[in-house]
Amino acid sequence: MTAPAIANAALDDATEAVALPAQEPVRATRDSRPLRLITCGSVDDGKSTLIGRLLWDTKAVKEDQAATLQRDSNGKQNDLGLPDFALLLDGLQAEREQGITIDVAYRYFSTDKRSFIVADTPGHEQYTRNMATGASTADLAVLLVDARVGLLEQTRRHATIATLMGIRQFVLAVNKIDLTNYDRARFEQISHEFKELALSLGVRQVTAIPVSALKGENVVYDGRASMPWYDGPTLIEVLELATTRSAQTVGFRLPVQRVSRPGESFRGYQGTVAGGSVKPGDSVVILPSGMVANVTKIVTFDLVRNAAVAGDAITLVLDRQVDVSRGDMIAAIDSQPMTGLAFDAQLVALQPEGIQPGKRYWLKSGSRRQRVQVQPASQLDLKTGKWNHADELPMNAIGKVHLVFDEQAIFDAYEQNRTTGAFILIDPDTNNTVAGGMITAKRAALGGIHAEESRVILSLPADLADQLMATELFAGRREDVDVRRVTAGKAAEIIDTIDG
Amino acid sequence: MPHNHPETELHNPQSTKPPLDPHLKALENEAIHIFREVAAEFERPVMLYSIGKDSSVLLHLARKAFYPGRVPFPLLHVDTGWKFREMIAFRDEIVEKYDLDLVVHTNPRGAAENVTPFSHGSALYTDIMKTEALRQALDAGQYDAAFGGARRDEEASRAKERIYSFRTPDHRWDPRNQRPELWNIYNGMIRKGESVRAFPLSNWTEVDIWRYIQAEEIPIVPLYFAKKRPIVERDGMMILAEDPRLELLPGEVKREEVIRFRTLGCFPLTGAIRSGATTLDDIISELETATVSERQGRAIDRDQSGSMEKKKREGYF
Repeated sequence: MTAPAIANAALDDATEAVALPAQEPVRATRDSRPLRLITCGSVDDGKSTLIGRLLWDTKAVKEDQAATLQRDSNGKQNDLGLPDFALLLDGLQAEREQGITIDVAYRYFSTDKRSFIVADTPGHEQYTRNMATGASTADLAVLLVDARVGLLEQTRRHATIATLMGIRQFVLAVNKIDLTNYDRARFEQISHEFKELALSLGVRQVTAIPVSALKGENVVYDGRASMPWYDGPTLIEVLELATTRSAQTVGFRLPVQRVSRPGESFRGYQGTVAGGSVKPGDSVVILPSGMVANVTKIVTFDLVRNAAVAGDAITLVLDRQVDVSRGDMIAAIDSQPMTGLAFDAQLVALQPEGIQPGKRYWLKSGSRRQRVQVQPASQLDLKTGKWNHADELPMNAIGKVHLVFDEQAIFDAYEQNRTTGAFILIDPDTNNTVAGGMITAKRAALGGIHAEESRVILSLPADLADQLMATELFAGRREDVDVRRVTAGKAAEIIDTIDG
Repeated sequence: MPHNHPETELHNPQSTKPPLDPHLKALENEAIHIFREVAAEFERPVMLYSIGKDSSVLLHLARKAFYPGRVPFPLLHVDTGWKFREMIAFRDEIVEKYDLDLVVHTNPRGAAENVTPFSHGSALYTDIMKTEALRQALDAGQYDAAFGGARRDEEASRAKERIYSFRTPDHRWDPRNQRPELWNIYNGMIRKGESVRAFPLSNWTEVDIWRYIQAEEIPIVPLYFAKKRPIVERDGMMILAEDPRLELLPGEVKREEVIRFRTLGCFPLTGAIRSGATTLDDIISELETATVSERQGRAIDRDQSGSMEKKKREGYF
């Protein structure tokens, strides 16, 4: 079966599978990278059983593991003679005692078409942070609902967090359909409700599938015998043809992790390309200093490379002595990230103490760690989908906030770059990770009084900038003037723009 | 010393190798990223080196991460005294070849009390010679970060590990209260005495490890390849019978068989498999059709379900 055929199957309303038009065409050729997915939904919707079933039916469970599973099930088998699949996933003793999933488990399985990394995330509201953990790296979310129960607040919370994290492909698995006597109307009703929710969240692609994880219907094998009315894809078919996260759209970004100085003759900047591409000869800017340099070499263990793209872990050598340290960003000169002292963001509060207004947290983004004050602005009401004014954000809240820094911060919008637009907040009192966040915009210069707005930004050719900064006049105005070094051409361009 | 002349080293003859497939390349990039992050954020990192295939891959990735510099932290080998002889020979050869700093630690109490897998049983022996020894070595070196080659596909409680796994000053892991870990942004903030175990191979599977060893031509201990070797059968496992300390029990006979090891630990606790796989191609195709998991040959996993979690909570790797 070709890729477009599945896409069409998902789109074909006759199947009653909900589908919204994909903005990106499904690739005709197989992506050899593994697909990363999460399963989410409320507790007892059968997530662990579903993944157990996926592992079982794709033969990822080996004989000795199956024997252990049979032993741990204490002979407790379902009417199909199969052991308790959830025990494959819930490996912690506390999870087995309580019969719930506490922490995200990562599992690996493959078919002859593709390999998969699945994050089985907890359904309990108190463990939402672990769901967010799984969602942050996923390409696709499988949302489970119990066919007898329908959508719950937790379904909405998970769908919302997954969307905020940038997941654009959803599978709605309407599970336990066998317990409704394979009720087609019930399936259609739940699919319709979810379609409304997905639309409100701006989700690109949803495929709804009636599933019995326990019986293995429409998971790896089709469930036609019980559900002749459903002729859409099985879960595994959707997963095999899903797309991995698309390439970043902004220019070259290299958050500097480390400076490599093995000897006098070598100085290289090590990091993972977080967007765009780079090749020797390219002009780059170092932020926040604004210094400009040219790339002379891209060094890796195996060879000197003639280009590096997003995802590559490299060492970059520049043509001149510039001050670059960990936390700086090397970026394309003609497509720079936003810098500033205030940004707007959305975040998910992950710890019991929530997010407190005015408290100074550590913010880590890429390799850069700096102090930030967080001002909550609003909180998402999961029942109504509305943003309500909020002064603080309790645990599990999804909020909009203003971030105020006391030194330059460097970001892209999360929509444009998943790496340079994401951050975590760390509580300096406990060192715990208290929030995951996504930059939405540089804060508008209008309204409110913030340090950023009183600063003047001067973009000058590098030599002029250096001359200016060396003057005594500048030493006295350091707080007010932000000097960026650019190439002469770029400076001329800026002046043209201003004149224009 | 190669690291003193990076400029002349840049055109590595290995560049004639075919490029890695995108899946392995992505895993490699992720591991290098983690290595650099830990090395930059922690004061005294160390890499746990157990000489097995995962350790060999881990070491190769560390060399890549810091090239053209040398690996900027020591390797720590917790030596129980009961490793396969070929492993120790291999370790010393590698350390010499790649100009690495090696720290070897054996629990002095265990040595003094003559704790052996035979006299004390696998559980107590492991607790003293591995868990306790590791804690001693980490304390002695005041290491604040320790790299390990654990993979999430190995065992149910490992599937729950973060890439940065936070440990209390007494090396405990609290699986119920792990730090959220979003994107590839790792939280390395700790207080004095606390530490982090970092797992760059978290997302690798056993097959990935072998395919990478093949693609990158990484040297590994020869015990992974099939050969005729002396063995005895004990507790349903085939134990290598070349060490004079292995005393035959009544009814046991030493015989020769063509075997290899899928995983390497202490020789009395590690079962061999019957296999004719003498090349990496053979091993990979054997693995792709294997019906049992990698750890079925490990005695210490079999004590009870959840025993790995219990060991980890107490500080085992």
